[in-house]
Amino acid sequence: MLRTRAPGFVPFLAAALLTTACRSRSENASAAVLASPAPGTVSPGKESAGKEQYFPLQSYRVGPYAAGGSGFFGGFIDYMQLVNIRDGGVNGIKLTWSECETEYVVERGVECYERLKGGLNGAPAAAMNPLSVGIAYALIDKATTDKIPLITINHGRTDSTDGRVFPYVFPLSLNPYSEISAIVNYIGQRSGGLDHLRGKKIAVLYHGSPYGKETQPIVELLAQKYGFASTHLEVPHPGTEQESQWLQIKKLAPDWIILRGWGIMNPVALKNAAKIGYPVDHIIGNIWSNSEEDVIPAGAAATGFIAITTHPSGRQFPVLQDVDKYVLSAGKGNMTDPKRVGTGYYNLGINNGILNVEAVRVAQAKFGNKPLTGEQVRWGFEHIHIDDARLKELGAVGLLQPIELSCSDHEGGGAVRFEQWDGKEFKVISDWIKADRALLRPIIEASSTKYATEKGIAVRDCDAEARL
Amino acid sequence: MRIEATPWSEPNTSTPPPRTSLFARASGRAVVRIALAAGGTGLLLVLPLLVDDYVLSAVLVPLLALSLAGIGQNFVTGYAGQLSVGSAAFMSVGAFAAYDLHLHLHGTPLLVSLAFGGVSAAAAGALFGLPSLRIRGFYLVASTLAAQFFVEWLFTKVGWFSGNSASGVITAPPLSIATVDLSSPGGHYWLSLLVVAPLTAAAYNLARGRIGRAWMAVRDMETAAAVVGVRTGQAKLLAFAIGSFYCGVAGGLWAFAYLGTVEPHGFDLDRSFQILFIVIVGGLGSIAGSFLGAAFIVLFPIFLDQLATFVMGGSVDPGVLQNIDKIIFGGLVIALLAKQPAGLARLIEIAWLRARRWTLRSA
Repeated sequence: MLRTRAPGFVPFLAAALLTTACRSRSENASAAVLASPAPGTVSPGKESAGKEQYFPLQSYRVGPYAAGGSGFFGGFIDYMQLVNIRDGGVNGIKLTWSECETEYVVERGVECYERLKGGLNGAPAAAMNPLSVGIAYALIDKATTDKIPLITINHGRTDSTDGRVFPYVFPLSLNPYSEISAIVNYIGQRSGGLDHLRGKKIAVLYHGSPYGKETQPIVELLAQKYGFASTHLEVPHPGTEQESQWLQIKKLAPDWIILRGWGIMNPVALKNAAKIGYPVDHIIGNIWSNSEEDVIPAGAAATGFIAITTHPSGRQFPVLQDVDKYVLSAGKGNMTDPKRVGTGYYNLGINNGILNVEAVRVAQAKFGNKPLTGEQVRWGFEHIHIDDARLKELGAVGLLQPIELSCSDHEGGGAVRFEQWDGKEFKVISDWIKADRALLRPIIEASSTKYATEKGIAVRDCDAEARL
Repeated sequence: MRIEATPWSEPNTSTPPPRTSLFARASGRAVVRIALAAGGTGLLLVLPLLVDDYVLSAVLVPLLALSLAGIGQNFVTGYAGQLSVGSAAFMSVGAFAAYDLHLHLHGTPLLVSLAFGGVSAAAAGALFGLPSLRIRGFYLVASTLAAQFFVEWLFTKVGWFSGNSASGVITAPPLSIATVDLSSPGGHYWLSLLVVAPLTAAAYNLARGRIGRAWMAVRDMETAAAVVGVRTGQAKLLAFAIGSFYCGVAGGLWAFAYLGTVEPHGFDLDRSFQILFIVIVGGLGSIAGSFLGAAFIVLFPIFLDQLATFVMGGSVDPGVLQNIDKIIFGGLVIALLAKQPAGLARLIEIAWLRARRWTLRSA
């Protein structure tokens, strides 16, 4: 005889499954109710329908990468808030957004994508900004089919720079190949010219993942071109164990170390460098080893560490002062900890906001001042042209590099600035240093063409599209 | 884990049952069952016409793939009683092998690629299952953990497996069977269903047949199993091989039908734990439990997230909200396992039995 009481849990579970399954055809309606806007959003009333452009945010505020996610999405949201409050939106079209937590987990990101891609209250989705390599990979096919731009600022597949094969993917401002090329150019500059690189030893300490390995062939190529010796040292994920690698570095005594890290690997590397007495000002961190969160845990060992950036830290830029004036002082800032405004991830979010909003603005100039489809915003991204004058209008001189995108070039920038940690903050120590993009382009095209053949993708004819 | 022993009921051979017509034998209950089965199958087939892309791509396809991996894990852990935390590694082998076959032998049919992925995973599973001949329990966990780390390292280190692509990721080939294009969300779902349904039927038969009984004998008491003539070593290796075959095919589906592009890191230890939890929450030693567990693990966080956003969104910081989600989910898992250690499958079975008694009582 069964003496177990009927568990009250069963009906709850059934309701749960039912509710999720029943979110069928009425996706838009129910998503609108369920995915309510983030705090601080101007709550869209019914009368405003048809006057809004929607940004779905696949954010991550919990989990191991929460520091990056909350900073980036905080900056992105604050910039959109600024455009809404200061300018009344983009040409009168208000920006709206809602968040969906991915925890940086791929399937959560895909679920969020499917949940949000339909828009919000009739406002169409402009672009996806997952800020996660894994999620971005999983969305390449989906976003291309759904015709929604997939923005992977400073990360993602290098060969997606080739917009002819990846029409909806945008590794904006800096792809991994440009990054390594710019770092080598900087080392050359510091050594007194690229021809002085001959005979130098450069070690790359990289995260044991596809991301970490991606630039190896480029380092080899540059090593051959400039005659320096390169050594690649892998640190297995997550990067808490690096003793043996640093022992090798001690034996090798390289002139420079390029740190291609991620998360906890970065502070551990800096601490180990201090332990073996390697000069920290000869370690150059890449784009994912350049945040305050990467250096503060290493304490004094990090003082003097150099890192690249496409988005220097600081609040002195006019656009950040506007954020302070219109958004933060009005109590509408997104950051729980206001001290993080102006830090690396936050400013990357600001840059990302500027580029996304600029794409909408450019596309509006062609398609009219109305909410635009993803396809139209894609056109906007491909025609972004931010020169020095425009940077000044945006209040982002020094914060964002001049950038020009096209149908075939979805990166557009390819320059970085170098900054040095002084124990309290990053101080910018160089102007924009450009990558040798002409050298990299054939390698990118070879890879993208291979992908196109493998996948049976018809390569776009950019000249023909330009004539239309 | 012990299954209830049902006493053998010897059929009365002295008086044969009276011959009845087929129609009469198909009594009311059987008709209901057949109708239910037919209706269920029909519903599964036409589902893409009823629900939208969101449910198909974000809910059903991952659900099917993870359920299949859950069945694989259940063979090893639930039926044969061998602790394993290497399922994600075997999924990964399946996905990469299927991809590589397709890449190097152009024009390989999709289902053949998936099957090849499964067979490769089975080989890997049998290899890493070898230590189970000598060691048990937590020591075996260490061996399967090695599989987990080794496979992830191998696919990251050796570029050949990912077709020497710069990003080190694998990408699904265009999905089609014969000339039928399956690139739509509905197509992904049908492909998954086409693979998962027969494998599930096979799993039921396997679990009830000689092999499944040998596994359960090994699980319940290995010495006794050996005494009654079960080849315990063979049974364990077979559990690893078949379990890994299921995981491998699931990995192929995960990569091709669900995500499209995967990095080796996508099959990390967290994924192995996820599959282990699916089996534990769903019910060890239950095929249906694998589906229930996958549904719980996949759907419940989504539901909680939407519910929490609906109830508290706007008033609570999104980060805090997510942490509340996690606390509720963890609490529910603990409550569930405390209430019913045998998992959701048993819970639902009991509820069903109670429902039947209740109808009798009120009659």
